[in-house]
Amino acid sequence: MFNTASTTPEKILQMFAALLLFAAVMGVILFIAGRFGGKRGDKVVAYLYLLPAVLLLTVGLVYPGLRTIYQSFFDAAGSSFIGFDNYSTIFSDKDQLTVLRNTVFWVVVTPFVATAIGLVYAILVDKSRFESVAKALIFLPMSISFVAAGVIWKFVYEYRPDQGNVKQIGLVNQLIVWLGGKPIQLLIETPLNTFLLIIVMIWIQAGFAMTILSAAIKAIPDDIIEAARLDGVNAWSMFRKITLPSVQPTVVVVLTTIGIGTLKVFDIVRTMTGGNFETSVIANEFYRQTFNADNQGLGAALAVLLFVLVIPIVIYNIRSLRRSEAS
Amino acid sequence: MSTATPVTTPPLKADKIGAAGIAKKRLSSPWASIAAIVIAVLWTLPTFGLLVSSFRPERAIKTTGWWTFFSDPTTTFENYSKVFGEEGGVNLAAFFVNSLIICIPSVLIPMSIAALSAYAFAWIKFPGRNILFLVIFALQIVPLQVTLIPLLKIFVSIDITGTFWTLWLSHATFALPLAIYLLHNFMREIPSGLIEAARVDGAGHVSIFFKVMLPLLTPALAAFGIFQFLWVWNDLLVALVFAGGGDEVAPITLQLANLSGTRGTAWHLLSAGAFVSIIVPVTVFLLLQRYFVRGLLAGSVKG
Repeated sequence: MFNTASTTPEKILQMFAALLLFAAVMGVILFIAGRFGGKRGDKVVAYLYLLPAVLLLTVGLVYPGLRTIYQSFFDAAGSSFIGFDNYSTIFSDKDQLTVLRNTVFWVVVTPFVATAIGLVYAILVDKSRFESVAKALIFLPMSISFVAAGVIWKFVYEYRPDQGNVKQIGLVNQLIVWLGGKPIQLLIETPLNTFLLIIVMIWIQAGFAMTILSAAIKAIPDDIIEAARLDGVNAWSMFRKITLPSVQPTVVVVLTTIGIGTLKVFDIVRTMTGGNFETSVIANEFYRQTFNADNQGLGAALAVLLFVLVIPIVIYNIRSLRRSEAS
Repeated sequence: MSTATPVTTPPLKADKIGAAGIAKKRLSSPWASIAAIVIAVLWTLPTFGLLVSSFRPERAIKTTGWWTFFSDPTTTFENYSKVFGEEGGVNLAAFFVNSLIICIPSVLIPMSIAALSAYAFAWIKFPGRNILFLVIFALQIVPLQVTLIPLLKIFVSIDITGTFWTLWLSHATFALPLAIYLLHNFMREIPSGLIEAARVDGAGHVSIFFKVMLPLLTPALAAFGIFQFLWVWNDLLVALVFAGGGDEVAPITLQLANLSGTRGTAWHLLSAGAFVSIIVPVTVFLLLQRYFVRGLLAGSVKG
């Protein structure tokens, strides 16, 4: 039951066995909980209900997290203590600095562009006849995997050598050719390639921004709009003085949320360039150092750096979420 | 023939247009529509191009752009039969099954564990309740990367590497903070009178959980379930770390990523493969859009 299942019937059998085992464990917990009553029993019931979650979280999340922090102060093999050396490598090594620079590009560009496009689009299609279809089109990329998105865009950026009868099969290079230019090896050209990868993330996240901002726009009270309209406000100042201030707290939440997601981006880079040609980012570098370069210490330090960078954005995110709910 | 009927647009009700509506209208409608159409086309074209390509013969994909399809439409299902079958070496059918086998317990296990915990947090008073809840809430932000290597070492030491167990256990664990938070918020909104009445009738926490809570919880469970299903289905990182070694347990995303890495120019396989892998999430999205969006919004910080 705990072996590797290799045929499909074996796999299905193992799945049902696992589910049964799990149901049995839950059954035992509920059975014991059912035998306790009254005020003092309440406490026992609560702890029993929390037991599986606390156990899994302690073993699977808290301990590993602390262990990784500890490991980040050790060398590649994980055997000798080297203090903050891994962290100073991240901030001094040439390749690592490229990784940091790329991550900054990602985190600065993606949230703002995706949110701007999402906001504009939400306003444009608001209350139009095709609103739901129009929204679904933009939102659809959100449901597919980053890997599939990477494949889709890799095809858009595909390059064929510029010679004789060879025709371009990638849309971007074909457009360049149509406009009289020479095809470019888009995913190899640095730093253009990083921005081309960022476009994929924008493509995915704009739908998220649009959905949330659209809800915020619809929540603007009618009387404010009516008052402004009676004052004869024009479109631009309506947008600047009514729409934007009203959705501003939501915009902040959207920006920070996309920022957090972008910080951890991995699949897109891995699928499209493998982090080669100076396109690596922290999350990809973590994987490369840990598994390909066999440098566990540096890998751990990169993971911890990711964690440290996420914290301030999350705190800001939660605070603005509170503020937007309060207003 | 028929006489052209005049196009009648219903008069816009002034008091129901909304700020965005006015902004848009005053921004001169045709430009607004054109801008919206441009964005929509830009967003759809990449997927559309690959979709068209997946039905074109291998030679045609490799020598001409997909836009030539409209002047020279030849279609084939060969790409799909190649990625599905074993002879092409891609064998997506097996990975598709793996993805399903990984997903089902990875959704059901955290869902039930979280429902119990959320109930305890929402409706039972016990010492340390607030602090424990805060800790679990805060765990949502831990990036997976921080946990992977020590977790892998644990799996090695209990000898379950290369099995589905590694994926089930890790996905279940990673899902818990979000699931508990989501279900707790939902449970808090259920009127306490319902619970108290049941208690007065002599019901214990077990029967209240099953008879009162669970039926009311369906929308929240659906939202979480769909979010988690798609998260696991679309995951690459966890699969790479725990199932990267063998094909027996690898999900479809992993095979697609490998294909993209090793046969990056085999577009007849990549295009069909990509669509096989997105058919499930897109169907879920189209059928269950409402729950999908709700779950997505709640879980946007996860990972």
